[in-house]
Amino acid sequence: MPLKRIVLKNCQIIDPRDINTYLEQDGFKALHQALGMTPEAVIAEVKASGLRGRGGAGFPCGLKWELARKSPGAKKYLICNADEGEVGTFKDRYILQNDPFTLIEAMAIAAYALSAKQAFIYLRAEYHYLLDGLLNAIDQVKAKGFLAHLNIGIREGAGAYICGEESALMDSIEGKRGEARYKPPYPPSKGLWSKPTVINNVETLMNIPAILLNGAQWFNQIGTEKSKGTKVFSVSGDVARPGVCEFVMGSRLDEIVVDWAHAQDIKMVQIGGASGGIIPYSMIKTTLSFETVLGSGAVTVYDKSRDTLDFVFRTVGFLAEESCGKCTPCREGTEVMLEILGRLTNGDGQPEDIHTLEELSNVMSLSSLCGLGQAASIPVMDTLKYFRSEYDTLIKQSIFLRSLRSQQYQ
Amino acid sequence: MTKRLKVRGWEHLLELLQEEQEKTGHISEQFIELTAKSIGLSISEVYGVATFYHLLSTKPLGRNVIRVCKCDPCYLKSSQLVVETIQEKLGIAPGETTPDGRFSFQLTNCIGACDQAPAMLLNHDLHGYLTPVKIDKILEACP
Repeated sequence: MPLKRIVLKNCQIIDPRDINTYLEQDGFKALHQALGMTPEAVIAEVKASGLRGRGGAGFPCGLKWELARKSPGAKKYLICNADEGEVGTFKDRYILQNDPFTLIEAMAIAAYALSAKQAFIYLRAEYHYLLDGLLNAIDQVKAKGFLAHLNIGIREGAGAYICGEESALMDSIEGKRGEARYKPPYPPSKGLWSKPTVINNVETLMNIPAILLNGAQWFNQIGTEKSKGTKVFSVSGDVARPGVCEFVMGSRLDEIVVDWAHAQDIKMVQIGGASGGIIPYSMIKTTLSFETVLGSGAVTVYDKSRDTLDFVFRTVGFLAEESCGKCTPCREGTEVMLEILGRLTNGDGQPEDIHTLEELSNVMSLSSLCGLGQAASIPVMDTLKYFRSEYDTLIKQSIFLRSLRSQQYQ
Repeated sequence: MTKRLKVRGWEHLLELLQEEQEKTGHISEQFIELTAKSIGLSISEVYGVATFYHLLSTKPLGRNVIRVCKCDPCYLKSSQLVVETIQEKLGIAPGETTPDGRFSFQLTNCIGACDQAPAMLLNHDLHGYLTPVKIDKILEACP
């Protein structure tokens, strides 16, 4: 499947500091069109397009809007999730830097469809340098009179990976510790300050103006059966050309990492960030879509010089550090996994370690409160599946090392 | 700030803490106590928020805070070299502050600059494609 620009169509083409360059590229025509439709018709169009959330979970966008619209209560909120904390993901940063206007237009359309008067952009604290550009863009849109029905505020995070999870994000906006909530209730029925709330990723929203202008039918023809449209990938790691690219859904992994990013001697690729799945080189022709593997669109390439256990240890270390600590399986599970992996990498593994890792993984994925704990064991389980020999070798070495140590004392 | 302090409850708590962090470089015990009292929360509730987020600090930080990314995409591009260079140059390990209070040096999780790896944040500014020479220049320009 080819490269195609829907989300990134204005990036590097318009001047992100000047709204007039955006207006020249059909800017705000989609909003004008939406305001001429009923909110229900806008939602029906988005629903018919088959657009799914791009933050990682892939929930149908139109359905989310419909649920929130039908929830009782006059006060509703729209939140744009710009807390891009997933390791190896930087597509939202690229979008916010290069085309803030499409995002604001999309938020204006979404707010109209939901009848929300207040919207928030939750910007991660590490992206503070993007704040001025965003505020400037909002001011320019306001000055042109496009935001008569909506107030857009920016809330900054303070450094917490978990706040990318929607319920933790809402707690953070409410001024609290960003801890995941028990679900249900889901945000469309009871979200921010217990009001119906829609939370969309930056990239999801970026699709909305194009869908309205070209029609759901047009969008529906792009991509695979269950994954419509395009996906923006953040490519990094052992590649000659790291960066952001947009491919039609269902593109093959080798099209991205070999043809586009010029990677060589690939050992494995991690898709979707720290808790994403691992694709070994033997499966490099895997297609990427919601049906297979996608996540946030992070593509991190590891070449043959990299050690699998070193990678897994570092990744689980990240997840253990970022676990919010609310539920026991995630808080304790990530720590115990880290301890086992640490022993293994230090040459003190035990034969039963692999079994313990598998057991832990089952408990965590079944009983954790949110996606962090549920998916935390994926990199461990995937590397066990594809690179089992490296684990076995380390355990054998550990046994040998211990036998040497015990001989010293005899 | 005084105006906002009259609003009771959670709503502006994180914002108040962020402002204090920005202004004085850390969130002191006195500030936590004062804030808790004025917005009607317990000290432990305010302390809980102040210690939850990585970018808030209850210990005083230096005038300039260096945050080097330690996640895999930067690690694959030798972020260890960046850490060693800064450590050598400033004479402090990650997590420490120079005695003159000029620099605090921390390691942080992914800052979303993997295309410019290895990368770091100096206060709020992003610096990418780091090399030892480049780091020297960046650090020298700091007040």
